[in-house]
Amino acid sequence: MLIPCPFCGPRDMSEFRCGGQSAIVRPVPAQQVSDEAWSNYMFMRPNPRGVLAERWVHQGGCGTWFNILRNTVSHEIMAVYAIDAAPPELKP
Amino acid sequence: MNVNRTDKCGMIDRNRRLWFRFNGRDYMGYAGDTLASALLANGVRLAGRSFKLHRPRGLMTAGVEEVNVLVSVGTGGATTTNLRATEVDLVEGLDARTVNVWPSLRFDIGAINDLLARFFKAGFYYKTFMWPDWHLYEPLIRHAAGLGRPAIEPDPARYEHQTHHCDVLVIGAGQAGVEAASQAAQSGARVILVEQEPSIQPLPQARVLFMSRTTAIAYYDHNLVLLTERPADGLARERFHQVRADRIILATGTFERPLLFPGNDRPGIMLASAAKTYAERFGALAGRQIVLATNNTSSDEVAFLMAQIGAQIVATIDWRCGERILKTMGRHGVKAVLYRDARGKSQKIACDAVLMSGGWNPNVQLFSQAGGKLTYDPLIASFRPAADLPSVSCVGAANGDFAPDYGITADWTLPEDGGKIFVDFQNDATVADIRQAADENFRSVEHLKRYTTLGMAVDQGKTANVNALAIMGSLTGQSPGEVGTTRFRPPYTPTSLGAFGGLYTGLLFKPYKQTPLHVANMEAGAVFEDFGGWLRPAVYLRGGESHHNAMRREALAVRNTIGLFDGSPLGKIAVVGPDAALFLDHIYANPMSNLATGKARYGLMLNELGVVIDDGVTVRVADDHFLVGTTSSGADRIALMMEEWLQCEWTTWRVLISPVTTLWGNVTLSGPKARDVLVSLGSDIDLDQEAFPHMSWRQGKIAGMDARVARVSFTGELTFEISVASDQTEMLWDLSSAAAKPFSGAPIGINAWNLLRLEKSFLHIGADTDGTTLPADIGWTKVANRDVDFVGRRSLLWTCNQSPDRLQLVGLAAHDPLKVPPIGMAVKSMDPHRRTDGFVTSSEMSPSLNRPVTLAMVRAGRARIGETITLMNGQTCQIVSGAAYDPEGARLYV
Repeated sequence: MLIPCPFCGPRDMSEFRCGGQSAIVRPVPAQQVSDEAWSNYMFMRPNPRGVLAERWVHQGGCGTWFNILRNTVSHEIMAVYAIDAAPPELKP
Repeated sequence: MNVNRTDKCGMIDRNRRLWFRFNGRDYMGYAGDTLASALLANGVRLAGRSFKLHRPRGLMTAGVEEVNVLVSVGTGGATTTNLRATEVDLVEGLDARTVNVWPSLRFDIGAINDLLARFFKAGFYYKTFMWPDWHLYEPLIRHAAGLGRPAIEPDPARYEHQTHHCDVLVIGAGQAGVEAASQAAQSGARVILVEQEPSIQPLPQARVLFMSRTTAIAYYDHNLVLLTERPADGLARERFHQVRADRIILATGTFERPLLFPGNDRPGIMLASAAKTYAERFGALAGRQIVLATNNTSSDEVAFLMAQIGAQIVATIDWRCGERILKTMGRHGVKAVLYRDARGKSQKIACDAVLMSGGWNPNVQLFSQAGGKLTYDPLIASFRPAADLPSVSCVGAANGDFAPDYGITADWTLPEDGGKIFVDFQNDATVADIRQAADENFRSVEHLKRYTTLGMAVDQGKTANVNALAIMGSLTGQSPGEVGTTRFRPPYTPTSLGAFGGLYTGLLFKPYKQTPLHVANMEAGAVFEDFGGWLRPAVYLRGGESHHNAMRREALAVRNTIGLFDGSPLGKIAVVGPDAALFLDHIYANPMSNLATGKARYGLMLNELGVVIDDGVTVRVADDHFLVGTTSSGADRIALMMEEWLQCEWTTWRVLISPVTTLWGNVTLSGPKARDVLVSLGSDIDLDQEAFPHMSWRQGKIAGMDARVARVSFTGELTFEISVASDQTEMLWDLSSAAAKPFSGAPIGINAWNLLRLEKSFLHIGADTDGTTLPADIGWTKVANRDVDFVGRRSLLWTCNQSPDRLQLVGLAAHDPLKVPPIGMAVKSMDPHRRTDGFVTSSEMSPSLNRPVTLAMVRAGRARIGETITLMNGQTCQIVSGAAYDPEGARLYV
């Protein structure tokens, strides 16, 4: 894949590492988090066939973490956005 | 001398004779020949054996799609195997052997399989070797499987890698490809044009980089294409190119496919187009008495050409008129065919070659790899691209654009009777196998492929697949289009592992990191080993001593006087900023924010599962500045982990993470005389126990160098870890060595270091812990109650993680003081439902205590202190707690 790093521009996938699905909310504080809620946060992923928001890091480059929207079937990358930003609306 | 050579055509250099060897016999060919063309010209018809049945085979094609003649060339480490003879350039002294034959090509024992062929049907292995257990038979079957034998020795050849970017990549430099490249170049694009066939040399053109002798083997996402080049410059055996293109144009042409008739695999039976190539390019004749079997008009010109160059077409068997070959004769090469003519009369005719043309398949492999959809086109009786992909398109014959003058009438209805009709020649898949698959309801194209192994040989079914699909269609009443195709997978042709490896082999495969003291260590007699990617001294050998004795001597030096340790690889990460303390409170399982400036503290890091992943000593340099120490192998991954948490979770915290491991070299002085040596080096730091106590940290001058000194200890002895700039480390090492000499000080390696910490029961991450170890398992029971949501905290609260029955780290005292419990030895369980009660994690004979010192993970170990356990080797030990050596730690506070 060719991944568009928001700082360095398009680079080969071998420079990046995938951190899996993005925007998973970490439940805190621990005393108030049920076993089930914690297990969902740790392990349960929708793994969709289609568009997935995931986070990547340009490990072999600038070291920045960022989000992308990627089609898991075609590997088309539809959007790149900051790690703490909301995903952009995709045109239908 | 070449019985089947004509001088009426051919582009070989007849003035340059080349001698070569094939299966131990010497032959002569010419410069410009391939091994295949030279064999053909020499009248060698039997040149290979099939994979499963070991049937005698000869050349079927003239190109990359060759199915029958696979050879090994070269000797020793330079052996390359499973090469298609059609792709091996003839060179003086070439030594080629047929693969998959024993003892010889002519008398191949494996040919017995052909006599047993009625047993070797599709699904034979799955059905036959089920009872009692497949694994019983697997080794034997694996031994019999496979083609050529690879070399055992390292490959001396050089392989290179290159990367390219271009606007347009055109694959195939035939007419369509050259036109596409020209058009693109004229529109201003930067073009790469690739051609695998050496004799095709288009005129040079501006903006077009032409790559000859280069095959596109794979398409990957976002237009990455891999190419392998067999360079003519001799500088490398293969050159491996990665091309990223905006647009890809496939002008990859077509493959002719065989006709399906009984005995269609005898040597001497080849594709009509191959005979044309052999004649035109090499002046090599497929035979003198030729039978032409065809179902289309493309073979007309082959017949014309053959007649012109001195071969005789003895019969043309035209499928379109209902004529069929019924049988072929000739054990090691075709001698005659029995055929039915248009009037239905059977005739036998002698011949020495059969040329067959069963129609043409667009070469759509890369298009299919790229995700392109194919559609069946009855006009060309084959599959062609249904529609271009956004940035990948096929042009010319690869797009199926050859219909108007082709005149094919394909007929895949098959006679019920007759001999074996081969579809996939390389894997010996026959029409009968496809029929059996249909009978057993393996009708989907994916099932058909897996059940019969059709298209799964090294040729990837280039000549077989369309015939196979069409037969399945005719057996099940579907059109080939309804049967559908499987998606092609890379690589397009077999590719050597050397090409993928490139120069990154041997020492370059994964280069070791060296410490600033590497040379000094070498001079001190270091025996280097790989520790987490670093080359570090395991021991320093003196005289003829063994590694074990060196370790004991070094360990005693630390206990009695002083040892010098190269601690440079220990990870150092600067964590700086107003929120640095807050950040470390969350990264570590234990608090760091209440650490005083100038003090050091041991810490544990967990992952979010609560598993212990690293440990080390962190010092507070200033209120907003920490120096985090990690294990040597953890330095890189811990810095990455910190970045991920900081950037993705705690995005507003003002922290800077900077890995500084290699900025600093480290000489660690450990032993009762450490302070004396440090004093003699000269320092402006007050080194007294009161001024500079254990677990504290100072900056100052050591021997005139800017230094950072930490009083921490992994050995249980008085220890100063001195860090100076990398390029000054060797000077510090030399000065320290000289200063330690009066005390009989010695450099000490990792082995002794490890022994000393074991005597003190200090944890070694990765040795005493694994991917399941939680803090409580190693005695850290209170961190789960901390009121901070540090990494991994909530996972510690899971019920399963709070079980008192978990494996816990304890010491073992072996009852036999002379026998060291082996590392990894399991602990016997008294519970009949459990197999073991844990295992030994670290163990060694202590030279100071003259008894074994051992750590083990034992089920509910801490509640069982004092109990005697039995190891699986019968050895008995008592479970103990605390350090074996200096349990009060008195030697640290001096």
